[in-house]
Amino acid sequence: MSELTDRILISNVRESRVARFRRWAFIVVPLAAILFQVYLPLFFQFFGYLEMPLLVTIYFALLRRDQVSGTFIGAGIGLVQDSLSHQPLGMFGIVKTMVGYFAASVGMRFDVDHSAMRFLLCLLFVCFHQFFFWVLSSALLGQQMGFDAQQIFFVGLLNAAVGIFLFRFLDKLRERA
Amino acid sequence: MDLLSRYRNVTVLLLVIFAQLVLLAYQVKSNQDVRLIRIWAVTAVTPVAKVVETVRSGAAGFIGNYIFLRDLKSENDRLKSELGRVKVENEFLRSELDTAGRLKALSAFQQQNPSRTLPARVIGITTGTNSKVVFVDQGSRAGVMKGMGVITPDGIIGKIVAAYPTASQVLLITDASFAAGVISQKHRVRGTVVGLGQSKCKVDYIQNEEQVDRGEKFYTSGDDGIFPKGLPVGAVAGAPQPGNPYKEVFLTPSGLQGGLEEVLIIIEGVHMPIPDPATASSEIYLQPPPPDEPAAAPGGPTTPADRLWERYKKIGEVENHTYGEGLPGSKPPDFNINLDEAAKAAAAAGQGVGKALPPAQNLRGGQPGQAEAPAPPKPKSQPAPAAKPKGESKTGTAGQTANELP
Repeated sequence: MSELTDRILISNVRESRVARFRRWAFIVVPLAAILFQVYLPLFFQFFGYLEMPLLVTIYFALLRRDQVSGTFIGAGIGLVQDSLSHQPLGMFGIVKTMVGYFAASVGMRFDVDHSAMRFLLCLLFVCFHQFFFWVLSSALLGQQMGFDAQQIFFVGLLNAAVGIFLFRFLDKLRERA
Repeated sequence: MDLLSRYRNVTVLLLVIFAQLVLLAYQVKSNQDVRLIRIWAVTAVTPVAKVVETVRSGAAGFIGNYIFLRDLKSENDRLKSELGRVKVENEFLRSELDTAGRLKALSAFQQQNPSRTLPARVIGITTGTNSKVVFVDQGSRAGVMKGMGVITPDGIIGKIVAAYPTASQVLLITDASFAAGVISQKHRVRGTVVGLGQSKCKVDYIQNEEQVDRGEKFYTSGDDGIFPKGLPVGAVAGAPQPGNPYKEVFLTPSGLQGGLEEVLIIIEGVHMPIPDPATASSEIYLQPPPPDEPAAAPGGPTTPADRLWERYKKIGEVENHTYGEGLPGSKPPDFNINLDEAAKAAAAAGQGVGKALPPAQNLRGGQPGQAEAPAPPKPKSQPAPAAKPKGESKTGTAGQTANELP
């Protein structure tokens, strides 16, 4: 394996250790992310493209490195997001539950402290989230929403770029061992 | 059990997803909401949003005015620092007044509008994809109920789709699931305005035969039970096109043009008449009305019938004839007599007008030109009255007509 591959894949105990956060972070950070999405697009429509609750879900799931935790984090944030939307409860919940589970699975395997890996994972999960939400809306609710793959890709790129800086900031909330 | 513990993670994932699917199916099937979860979430988020919005509006006003003040200060360096401090305070108060001014305009509209309304402030936007739903800071505690209309002085905004204790969700007019009854101002064409998920709306159910003009305004019709009649909705954007099966009419919603900050929730609506469209614009030339005819003397003849009645009355006086009297076959008055000449002749002779009658052929024709016309040859002998019922009938008819005139 190359040096980069060694760096990306988890190779020692330190990197595989589950990240611990202050308890209030699990409440305040998702709440702030949802507030961000509820409030800022009122004045800057550009911020409507940012999926802050999703980025927070990905971050906590990746660093907790526990699939059950990731599942519940995703479900919780998704349901709160559903509660603030004008659609049945469960749409965001199901999608984010899956994102949380898969992010935790990836976090167990890869070194998610690496910026390139974080960027790629964010891009992947944002695209997955958008696509799966579109599938659920069409299949379960019968909503006829347009599917624009190019737009989803660019939204993924944007969120991935923001995710790098957001993850750096959230790293400061981790408890030191 | 071993199997479950071995696949614990996947089992938890499937259970969580299954639970949410059941939740979703229940809501879709029963068309009911799981209100408790929403109340928790909204109650947790909206107070924070309300605080943030209050801080933002105050800070934005103050900062904006303070920067403006700094520019002024550069031009007035010689002013004392004390004066500058007072101005800072003044600008702060002015920023407060700006906010109050907006609210005052809303309040003025609220007082002018006969409907009972509740002012509210937009504090957030919902998280749904492509949804046009916002949160306002008034909820069920303030009397807001699901289904109430939301307006601004410029027009309708949307309707309440969910009322929580501290906040309410407003479905905007541009949302794809919005619909309301409307009527056009000029041609009184009825339709249903529906959102498209874009900045414009569509008016549905307008027949191709019905006429709608570009720029024509639409108002609420009051048929939907949400909005009272007579509230502005928007103006037709572009030229309406015939469609299948209905006409394609798109509206630019007027209520959303000024941004969304303060709104009014209609607690109790009162229907209003739809204002008439503006009449002739200044660019159209209107011919001035014809000059008035000489005003008739008070109590004098004003209509052709009145003038005819006056003439017949004078003829009766000149010929000493009383209408309605006289036996059948008696001589009728000469209705072609020239009244001016008859009056002159009567004055000159100083005799009774009945004896001064000039020959009929010289006096005939009440109008110029007719006097010179040759008179038809007179019969040498008058036929017996019984032999000319036609002439008698005519005289009688004229007399009756004159008597019946007012």
